[in-house]
Amino acid sequence: MTHNSILEKKFRLSDHILKALINLSAAFSILLLVGIMGYVFVRGIPQVSWQFLTTVPSTIKGTFGVAGNILNTLYIIIITLLIATPLGVGSAIYLNEYAKPGKLVRLIEFTTETLSGIPSIIFGLFGMVFFGRTFRLGYSILTGALTLTLMVLPLITRNTQEALKTVPASYRSGALGIGATKWYMIRTILLPSAMPGIITGIILAIGRIVGESAALLFTAGSGYLLPKTAAGFFKKILESGGTLTIQLYLSMSKAQYDAAFGIAAVLLIIVLCINFLTKILSGKFDVTRQK
Amino acid sequence: MNSIIGNQKARSAVETTAEIIFTICAFFAVLAVLSITVYMILNGTPALAKVGITDILFGTVWKPASSDPSYGILYVILTSIVGTALAILLGVPIGVLTAIFLAETAPKKIAQVVKPAIELLAGIPSVIYGLLGILLLCPAMYKLEQKIYAGSSTHQFTGGANLISAVIVLAIMILPTVINISESALNSVPASLKAASLAMGASEIQTIFKVILPAAKSGIVTAIVLGVGRAIGEAMAISLVSGSSVNAPLPFNSVRFLTTAIVSEMGYAADLHRQVLFTIGLVLFVFIMIINLTLTRILKGGGKHDA
Repeated sequence: MTHNSILEKKFRLSDHILKALINLSAAFSILLLVGIMGYVFVRGIPQVSWQFLTTVPSTIKGTFGVAGNILNTLYIIIITLLIATPLGVGSAIYLNEYAKPGKLVRLIEFTTETLSGIPSIIFGLFGMVFFGRTFRLGYSILTGALTLTLMVLPLITRNTQEALKTVPASYRSGALGIGATKWYMIRTILLPSAMPGIITGIILAIGRIVGESAALLFTAGSGYLLPKTAAGFFKKILESGGTLTIQLYLSMSKAQYDAAFGIAAVLLIIVLCINFLTKILSGKFDVTRQK
Repeated sequence: MNSIIGNQKARSAVETTAEIIFTICAFFAVLAVLSITVYMILNGTPALAKVGITDILFGTVWKPASSDPSYGILYVILTSIVGTALAILLGVPIGVLTAIFLAETAPKKIAQVVKPAIELLAGIPSVIYGLLGILLLCPAMYKLEQKIYAGSSTHQFTGGANLISAVIVLAIMILPTVINISESALNSVPASLKAASLAMGASEIQTIFKVILPAAKSGIVTAIVLGVGRAIGEAMAISLVSGSSVNAPLPFNSVRFLTTAIVSEMGYAADLHRQVLFTIGLVLFVFIMIINLTLTRILKGGGKHDA
């Protein structure tokens, strides 16, 4: 009991151990990211060339390229978003502007939540039997896009809902008060104000689509060729087409690691861009919120 | 014609149409979940009837391609449960401690760099984790395996693709989820609690572990449940890392998870084999539904608590 002064700090071993563990864990998480990015870029970037990006694999020349896969990825992104964006935004508008709180809203919110929790492999199985077999679309880009629509729907709905919630109630009553109808108010006041949120949702959806593999393996298939004629570009929608991630998986199962790392590097660059874009947008979003 | 009264009818038609369209959009999610449930049950149950529920769910022999086929998936189910549990045991402490670092102990400038990095980690496609798993983790595991089982004649060598490798990949993959959700839970703890604890003379670490963590409990449980959901549903990252045969979930065994069994065999499976794979899908779906219901329970309970 000699040092009871409050000015002297008590030495607690447990404090120091825990503090060290906290710092170690954080360091581990960071090193993990740096390690993954570094390794993929070091091994992948040398593989990425003009030829890698603009040709399809050729057994005659013995070359490898991902042009077909890039095109397939774009197809799936565009078709999925064309369907999912109106549905997701519409759903959010209903939930936020029209619905009265009650069982129905809870049901819709619960199913949206459930949809975002279902693993992609289940979406893959469902898409294969529902769109592929029942709708007779087979292994095609359209089957894949329809399957992914269900997957990204919650993402867009939730982001739009969040954005709509931040639009001040005074905007609504102001518009309605000077005689605007509800639809006119939604179209001219709410949607423009909520636009950054909607776009954030869309970009996150693109990120999800680009990274998706399990849901596409059994729905969109693994085609890697480029269409040769103009009509082929439209027909392509009903043909099988593997995205970049699918090609990465296939290369990796065939132990073609160089090609796999090339694709991995391209994917990481896309992920980085998407991350950067969402950052910028959410920054904008915050500004409107503060006003 | 420009009277506000004259336009009333045309206007209200547009209004009703808009409302109807939005309502239909909103019901899409309900429709989707409903049809996924119905289709999973329709496609998953025939095999249960043909092979027998106990033979599938509690059988341990998986030989779908032999002349006398056997479709026991007990080991597959157990692998998913054990693998997920181990991944949680490994990933959650690291995740929660990192969240504490971000929310409490880190200098602001460092936190500003670390946070986006964690978000980036969440965006990396799962196949890339798998690729790195094969090339970095599996060879290391193989060396370890050779050392441990050097004299053994009964051990089947896996080349490093085993349960441990898969668990490590899964633990890494749930990190971002656990970190992000725990961090926002920690941040939502009222500052007054922390101030009160510090004013009573508790050290910073004591405050974190005895005051802030308990207060953020429901958020951290949510993070764990979401982590479980992510780990049990992950397919592509572990399909090549976990090995290629069905075995009991022991650390150095080559194992199949519910998800990897589907991914690796759906390509060539036919008839009854294919139906059994859908049964595996149904089992996974049931697990996920249980997790989802638990999650809504927790969120509701947490909400009440706060209010």
